[in-house]
Order: sequence, then C-alpha cells, then structure tokens
Amino acid sequence: MGPLLEVRDLRTHFATAEGLIRAVDGVSYDVREGEIVALVGESGCGKSVSALSIMRLIPKPPGRIVGGEVLFAGRDLLTLDDEQMRRLRGREIAMIFQEPMTSLNPVLTIGRQLTETLEVHLGLGKTEAARRAIELLGLVGIPDPERRLPQYPHQFSGGMRQRVMIAMALSCRPRLILADEPTTALDVTIQAQILELLKDLSQRFGVAMLIITHNLGVVARYADRVNVMYAGKVIERGTAREIYHDPRHPYTLGLLRSVPRLDVPRKAKLDPIEGQPPDLVRLPPGCAFAPRCKFAIPRCAHDVPPLLPVGGEHLSACWVAESLASPVVSPAT
Amino acid sequence: MSEAPAFGPSERSPAGTGGSSNRTILEVRNLKKYFPVTSGVLTQRVVGVVKAVDDVSFAVREGETLGLVGESGCGKTTTVRCILQLEKPTGGEVLFEGQDLARMDEGELRAVRRRIQVIPQDPYGSLNPRMTVGQTVAEPLTVHGLAASRAEATAQAADLLAMVGLSGNLADRYPHELSGGQRQRVGIARALTLKPRFILFDEPVSALDVSIQAQIINLLEDLQEEFSLTYLLVAHDLSVVRHISDRVAVMYLGKIVEIADRRALYEQPLHPYTKALLAAVPIPDPTVEATRERTVLKGEVASPLDPPAGCVFHPRCPIAIPECSQAVPPLREVRAGHWAACIRV
Repeated sequence: MGPLLEVRDLRTHFATAEGLIRAVDGVSYDVREGEIVALVGESGCGKSVSALSIMRLIPKPPGRIVGGEVLFAGRDLLTLDDEQMRRLRGREIAMIFQEPMTSLNPVLTIGRQLTETLEVHLGLGKTEAARRAIELLGLVGIPDPERRLPQYPHQFSGGMRQRVMIAMALSCRPRLILADEPTTALDVTIQAQILELLKDLSQRFGVAMLIITHNLGVVARYADRVNVMYAGKVIERGTAREIYHDPRHPYTLGLLRSVPRLDVPRKAKLDPIEGQPPDLVRLPPGCAFAPRCKFAIPRCAHDVPPLLPVGGEHLSACWVAESLASPVVSPAT
Repeated sequence: MSEAPAFGPSERSPAGTGGSSNRTILEVRNLKKYFPVTSGVLTQRVVGVVKAVDDVSFAVREGETLGLVGESGCGKTTTVRCILQLEKPTGGEVLFEGQDLARMDEGELRAVRRRIQVIPQDPYGSLNPRMTVGQTVAEPLTVHGLAASRAEATAQAADLLAMVGLSGNLADRYPHELSGGQRQRVGIARALTLKPRFILFDEPVSALDVSIQAQIINLLEDLQEEFSLTYLLVAHDLSVVRHISDRVAVMYLGKIVEIADRRALYEQPLHPYTKALLAAVPIPDPTVEATRERTVLKGEVASPLDPPAGCVFHPRCPIAIPECSQAVPPLREVRAGHWAACIRV
C-alpha cells in the first residue's frame, strides 16, 4: 500500500515587490497511514506554505503552486476542482492552526461551529449533531461539555480553545490532520497536555498527522519521522532517532547544538549557527546553507546538493554528508 | 548603598544568601499591583480586583543575572512594569541602589532611567521604522548630551554597533531591512549607549529563530562580562533561563513560589509547580524522551479574578493536602539560599 499522502516535487512561488520567492522549491515527503511525521524548520523555510499548498489554501495572487503533485490516497489534489476540494477539506484532511482564536469565529458559539461542520460534511440532523458535538468536546478533555456548548470562543482559555480546534478537526473522522505549530501559542504545561492529547487521539483513531513546528523538543517526543527544511527545501529526512542521534546535514547538526538542554550539564557557552537566516529573494546559486556552514567546500557555492540516501530511509542534501557520519551529538557531552 | 538593610540576621529575606559580599542593586519589597475590574458603561462599578502581582519580594545583586520565569498571566511582565514605574504599584517598594523609585518625581526618575535600560521582546515594534540603525543608536547620545557633536555621536554609535556584532555598512539601513536577530542587536546597542548598570530583559530571544537565539544569548553574556552589567531577565523558556541566569525566581499567579541559585533550582527543585514546569519542557532527544516520566500537570491556571483560597497552586498540585487550602504558604528558606512557598517541603 502506498503512503496516505505523498508530496512530490512541490513548488509554490510568491510574486513580491522585491522579487520572486520560491517559498517551497521542489519539496517531496510522504505520510503513511496512522503515522506522525514532522516538518521542522525556522520561520520562512516553507513548512507552513507546503501544508497550505496541500490544502490548496495559498492566497492567489501573490502565491501560486507552479509544479508538483500532492497525492492523497492516490488522487492528485492539485487537479481537483474547487468544489471537490471543498468537500475534501475538513472531511478527509483537517487542519489545526497555531492561534485558535483567529481560526474560531468569535460571533458563533462553540456548539454552532462544531455542529455546522457535522451538518455540512456528514449531513447529520440538528439533534444528532448536537449529541455528537458534546461527545467530541468530552473526547478532547473539555470538562462539562453540555454547559460549554452555548459559549463563545472568548469564554475559553487558550488551551481550551486549542482543544475545541482539535475536536473540530476530529469531527468528521479525517484520515489526516495537518497541525501547524499546534502548541506554540500555549504555555509549557498546557503544551504538554495538548501534545499528549494529539498523540493519544492519533493512536486511538488511526489518524495520520503532519506536525509543522520549529520546536525540536516537540518533534523528539511525538514524531515517528522528521523532515528538516531550510530555504524552501527538505534538507534532511529520517526517523526521529536518526535525525537526533546521527544528523547528516550541518544545519540539523547546528540546530541541535545551539539549543540549551535541560537534561545535560549547563555549557559555558552556547554553540550558535553563525550568520543570518537566508534572504529568500537572493538565495545563493549553490546550497542555501553554504554561507553559514562550517563544513562548506568550494563545490557548495555553485552546486545545489540533491537529497540522497545516507543509509536506509535516512536522506541528506549535503555534499559532505558522509564525513558527518560520526556520533557527533551524544546526550552525555 | 550597602547590603539590603531591612532584614536583620533573624529575618532573612529571599533577597539573597545572606553572607554574600555582593551589593544589592535592585530590591523589590512586598510589591503589589492590583487592577480593579469594572463593569458598566456610564457608571463604572468595581466588580472585582485582579491581583496581578501580590506581595512579591526579591533582590538582584550587582553583576548577577536573575531569571524570572512563569507562564503567561503569572505577573512577571507586570512586575517589570512596576519596577520601571510604568505602572504605579498598589503597594510595596522598588529600591534601585537604595532609593525608592515609587517616591521619585519625574526629573529624578529620568536620571535613574539612564542607568536602567530595557530590552523588549519584539525588536521590530521598539525601533522607529523611519530612522536608520545608525540614527537609532546615536539618538540617545545626543538627547542626553553625551556626545559633543553629531559626528561624535555617529562615531560612538558605530563603535557600539561593532560591539554587538553588526558590520558598519548596516548603519545606513532601516529596521525593515534587517533580520529579527539583527534588530535585537540594534536594540541592545541602543540600550548600551547610556552606559547603564542594570538591564531588564522581557523575553529577549523568544521572538527569534532557534539558530539566532544562541547568538544573542552569547552576546548578552559577553557584554555582561565586559561592562559589569546586572541583568533581570524575564522569560518563559526554562532552558534559556537556566543557561543565562545565576539565580532564578519562579512565579505563579502573582506570587513567587520558589527562588534559588540556578543549580539548586534546576537540580533540586522544591516547589511542586517548579517540578511540573521542568517536567513539561520537551527535550530534543527521542531516546531521553522515551524513558522520561510523564507527569502532565492537570487543569489550568486559576482565574486571577477568583484565585483559590490558601495556596494558589493547590487545585493543580499533585501533593496537596487539605491544609493547603487554608492559608497562603509563606516563602521560607528551606535550605540555605533556597526559598519555597509550600507547606509540603
């Protein structure tokens, strides 16, 4: 059986006053049935745009999907018409955003927002939809769901709003959930609650999940496989274990080394990645990371390295990936 | 201005570890900031009080970094605003070099503010979009008359920019042409113009990308050493706070629940809230995560409008006993220099 979602050579560009931005520049990754896959990277790396492209939610203009395929259960979503796409969104692929307050309608009750989805997508009657809405709120851990149903989003805390978003995402029993920074706006103790909830629900209902995040810790705890993105490209892919214990791209390595960790003794100095984030309008002709890279060789300045296997399913887009093959990050150092 | 005088040997304060020879530069004593909650359009009735900061005391010693951590709504930013006198405290004292800032008039405050600088979270919102980087950094020098001429101000600004790692050709750029990390460096350069002794940081790196955060943290440490600066750092990222702080205070719902040396706080936390916070921080290592104990804290922070009786943490606390809802636990010195507000430790 093929993967549930397969993104192939996706290209999404934005025309800006300063020039063309290749936000997603030939990106391929897949998500298998029931699996949790992460897209990790810093702001501007194209991780959110790639998810919005899957949902065909790129604002046009200035954005445009210029190439590639998004195969969902074998169908190329980029070839569907608007009506077919509308039926699929929420029903088969649901999305959870970073800031639940901006994705919930402030003038509709939580109950109405949940039942509307159920009525439109599943054709449920009013009573049945209300019964199911209460069940969903209970499922995501909202206490006293019957009393909460007629309340408005502003009467919920940030964590509770994100639970409502998860309930809405689950309401039509989708096969895939795209979660874009689902816990970034939340406090750390609430973040832990929400992530546990997502993992638990994903396992219970066999929903596959694509988590988009900049937080390496979140990925380590919850993802089966990880794609690291930089300047519009996937530059490394592997299992969580491979990415964290045997990183084969200097950017991944730099990210892991630069964050202070609570489980190891405090270091005298942090080990940052030098230089500035890439300017997407003026990317260098070769590897986009080369100007910041400690391992760069002359070839990196003009040849873009392709994403190639470095062992099994572990891939890296780096000309010197082989020479990085040493246990460089061990928890004890 | 010697060691904080108000507390005798028998009445030690969470200010510090007692016998330390370091002078106290900032002392906050029993600080309270209550916000009235009103209702009604024409006749504003007070229907409640939010105790954003409720009887907070701590001290910052010369040359150290004190980290103030807590989740949103715990009162850490209000504490900072009260220190700067941007909010009038409801009660308590804010002593800077022994003088109470709350009793100063505008002129005196202005003089003090030269020695206290602030670095806010969002470096974009705090820079004037119509001034170049060079002008931004030179401006305080001319305003406070620290440079004899415009040329001298420009020259000094260039030195400061070099010191924070910005190359000379950036001086003619505008904030929108810079990356987040570069903007934060500009903010730091500007804060240094008046040669302050004390810098307050409100989430200095949380708006920055992970790869840039480490650069800025290293810079802050280098500058502290070079200029003998004292830092008060407000942040929510416990890993960052551990790296940069000498001592750490943990706030919950308007109160300090624990304060100790960095090592003691992270390696032997006493308060159940501190323990829960540390357990919730994800660690970037799947092997460590797989074997880690999951103690997910139940429930949410209570409403500050209607805080629980007794210990404000008791409804979420895994070790609470009936007595916890009876009285507010005092912050007491459980071990030398290690203070916690919990009757169970």
